[in-house]
Amino acid sequence: MLSFYVHIPYCIKRCGYCDFNTYAPNEVAKDSSFIDSLMAEVSFAARTQSSQVPTIFFGGGTPSLMSADELGRVIDLIKQRWELTADCEITMEANPDSLKNIASYREIGVNRLSIGMQSADPKVLKVLDRTHNPDNVEKVITEARDAGFENISVDLIYGVPGETLAQWESTVKTALGYGLNHLSAYSLIVEPNTKLANQISRGEISKPDDDLAAEMYLAVEELATGKNLDWYELSNWGEPAKHNLVYWRNENWWGLGPGAHSHLDGVRWWNVKHPSTYKAKLDSFESPMHDREILTADQIRDETIMLQLRLREGLDLSKLPESKINVLDKFGDEIVIKDNRAVLTLKGRLLADRIVRELVL
Amino acid sequence: MPAIPLSKAPQPAATDPAQIRNFCIIAHIDHGKSTLADRMLQITEVVEARTMRAQDLDRMDIERERGITIKSQAVRLPWRSGKDGKDYILNMIDTPGHVDFTYEVSRSLAACEGAILLVDCAQGIEAQTLANLYLAMENNLQIIPVLNKIDLPAAQPDKFAAELAKLIGCEPDDCLRVSGKTGDGVLELLDQIVEQIPPPTGDAKAPTRALIFDSVYDTYRGVVTYVRVVDGKLSPRDTIQMVSTGIKHELLEIGAISPEPTPSKGLGVGEVGYLITGVKDVRQSRVGDTVTLFSNPTPKPLAGYKDPKPMVFSGLFPIDGADFPLLRDALDRLRLNDAALVYEPESSAALGFGFRCGFLGLLHMEIVRERLEREAGLNLISTAPNVVYKVELEDGKEVVVTNPSEFPSGKVASVKEPIVKATILSPSEFIGSIMELCQDRRGVLLGMDYLSEDRVEIRYDLPLAEIVFDFFDQLKSRTRGYASLDYEEKGDQEGNLVKVDILLQGETVDAFSAIVHRDKAYAYGVMMTGKLRELIPRQQFEVPVQAAIGSKIIARENIRAMRKDVLAKCYGGDITRKRKLLEKQKEGKKRMKMVGRVEVPQEAFVAALATDADIEKIKAAREK
Repeated sequence: MLSFYVHIPYCIKRCGYCDFNTYAPNEVAKDSSFIDSLMAEVSFAARTQSSQVPTIFFGGGTPSLMSADELGRVIDLIKQRWELTADCEITMEANPDSLKNIASYREIGVNRLSIGMQSADPKVLKVLDRTHNPDNVEKVITEARDAGFENISVDLIYGVPGETLAQWESTVKTALGYGLNHLSAYSLIVEPNTKLANQISRGEISKPDDDLAAEMYLAVEELATGKNLDWYELSNWGEPAKHNLVYWRNENWWGLGPGAHSHLDGVRWWNVKHPSTYKAKLDSFESPMHDREILTADQIRDETIMLQLRLREGLDLSKLPESKINVLDKFGDEIVIKDNRAVLTLKGRLLADRIVRELVL
Repeated sequence: MPAIPLSKAPQPAATDPAQIRNFCIIAHIDHGKSTLADRMLQITEVVEARTMRAQDLDRMDIERERGITIKSQAVRLPWRSGKDGKDYILNMIDTPGHVDFTYEVSRSLAACEGAILLVDCAQGIEAQTLANLYLAMENNLQIIPVLNKIDLPAAQPDKFAAELAKLIGCEPDDCLRVSGKTGDGVLELLDQIVEQIPPPTGDAKAPTRALIFDSVYDTYRGVVTYVRVVDGKLSPRDTIQMVSTGIKHELLEIGAISPEPTPSKGLGVGEVGYLITGVKDVRQSRVGDTVTLFSNPTPKPLAGYKDPKPMVFSGLFPIDGADFPLLRDALDRLRLNDAALVYEPESSAALGFGFRCGFLGLLHMEIVRERLEREAGLNLISTAPNVVYKVELEDGKEVVVTNPSEFPSGKVASVKEPIVKATILSPSEFIGSIMELCQDRRGVLLGMDYLSEDRVEIRYDLPLAEIVFDFFDQLKSRTRGYASLDYEEKGDQEGNLVKVDILLQGETVDAFSAIVHRDKAYAYGVMMTGKLRELIPRQQFEVPVQAAIGSKIIARENIRAMRKDVLAKCYGGDITRKRKLLEKQKEGKKRMKMVGRVEVPQEAFVAALATDADIEKIKAAREK
């Protein structure tokens, strides 16, 4: 099996908190030949042995800046070289403002939408430096449903400076009110060298408060569970996104596009980041790979612990070294053992990184 | 031309004591002693003007920077008096200028018949100068009062002449007025030294007695010992004996300094010079000891010898544990030149391996630490300095405590702590705030005298422990830098003292234990627990931080449990980044110290103990 991640490195503008590999028009103009480069990279992928493709994920950046036509060419090429599984999940991330002609995406085979809602509160969106109109979220979801989309998810961000618990609860209720079958909620991480980090260091914006973020996590857990969206990964609730599970289960995927990461049987590699370098490489029939690592047995073990513990299905205890089994005793409130797997409790989910550190050292 | 060429001057071992004048200069830091000394070297043509470095007598970098003389030396200056036209030898003996080195000062004074009391006539006399003046007067030295820096616009020579006259009991007109900088009045001063200071007296036929007033370790020559011959004489190749230790040495070299060490045919009565025996440790050549001849030892050693006694103790730890061997080597090297420095290995659960060091006082401690950092490139953290306590147990046993961790936990009958007699000189407008500070530090007022209309001398008995903790900084800040301080030991006194422990989740953290007065235990506890609450990262469980006297808790803070420690997002399948972060955190975890179940980063200990100055240094080191 081989999944695909397709990176679209364009945005209308860069949001203040974002440090992804994406470019606003004043940085890198959208290039009409970009899809050609992606397709050229697909031919490199065609050399792999895998035959079936279970998921394709268009991420970014803002994939909805690309037309259905453009994305459809990539899907068609993948289809030519591989067989899509019968229930192949094809997801597209979308910005509520830029998603137009929704039905056209459904027609090319996209069957899941992940909408970057982030918050229902204009003040919170302002701190995040997001430009979209929160009213557009509902509009886009209605249109998507009309176009035949059954799998719709929204992304939310919590723990934004100045955001209150009440504001957050209201955001979650709004999102759940759309009748979704999937929800992602990420706590805001202030990445170095972002506009937000600079604003915080200058004292214009306060620092996120971890204790409040913990309360917010408990709130989204309670509200989502109340709508029958159960957690399956630390930041995800509802009908599990198959593509997401590929990452957490350390399965194989090929990342197409500038800066995209791939994993194939214990080898990880990543592409050159800048779109023009990426294009130049492919134009001259070179691999756009920037660097790679072949994982050692220890690294594979550490990654397995780190990734599996995030899932509701838990960490297979046979993957844990003998010497670490007793460390689990330290986390009586944070971990339960089920069917020889270690599963985080609600309290444990909030401390996952700490527990992982204890288990890998 | 009053200078005499060296070759024509009276030679060592062949100089009539009647031609000799031994003197020192008593002065406060930056009152211009070194500049005056340089000017004397130049006028007597011992040093040519063009080869002269500024402040030729002070040698170490730190001394130069701080303007403090730590190690004294002696220079032989030939001089033809302008008064009687006869040739003389002036031996200028340089004295240390700080409170911690009172004993060394007293030995330098003992080698002289006279002293120049040098006072900056823009500032007036300072406490340490006054203390040294009294010391000189007790030694019956002839005092020549000199006002320096008369070239300064802010000079007030009349005012300070009156002050000096009152202190010494002379007429204001007797104060010479000079400028070391321009050379004004220095010629006259040299003639006055000849005229006023009596020549040395001694018995050339008696068994040899020479006073060691300094000894310095030199990498190439071993220990260089500075002596003043009192009776008899010393000649090359003599076998000498140190009276205090009984150890004998061959004299490899003997000579005088003018200004470089120059071998001579020996040293006679009243002469000042140096000896080299090839020993490698200044402990074998102790300041204050008497040198005699092995073949004919004196039955009557010179009075006044004392073993150096450390008064202040502190733990020194390398910030990087791997530097421990470097620290040990650096201390071993420093010790060769510092008879007063004592140390022994110490291990702390919090700070790892280091040394418990004993110092003469705070300045001595600072100098040692600075030299270790500078000369060995070490980054050090020192625990709060403490004094020596004598603890008497209920069973009558006495325990000497130089480290709070040694404080007995059993039944304590009494605790004694060292007391000092402190002298503070200050403009009178600050009397109130000085008295408030001394009162707050458990001081007992002994008396107060006006030196002049607006300058006052205040005397207090104070526990030394109160002085070693930021007293001097406080004094300076309350008097806008105008007050000066001197103190001398005055024995031990019982105090209501307790040991305060700091506990993290019930475990004592040794580095933070302190012996304090019962009335201040609470304040210490609140300060330390508060600091630690800020510095120790939150754990998965709540961590109480407590201060306790014995089993009684006197202050408490809580480090709340960490509730959230998880990064939610994975960036487009960038697992590598996530794993690398984890690997970095694993490294960080290795640098954590465990106190019970609590993980404490080394930086937290360092920051809790550090002074503001330390924090600056650590920051600077990080930026490099």
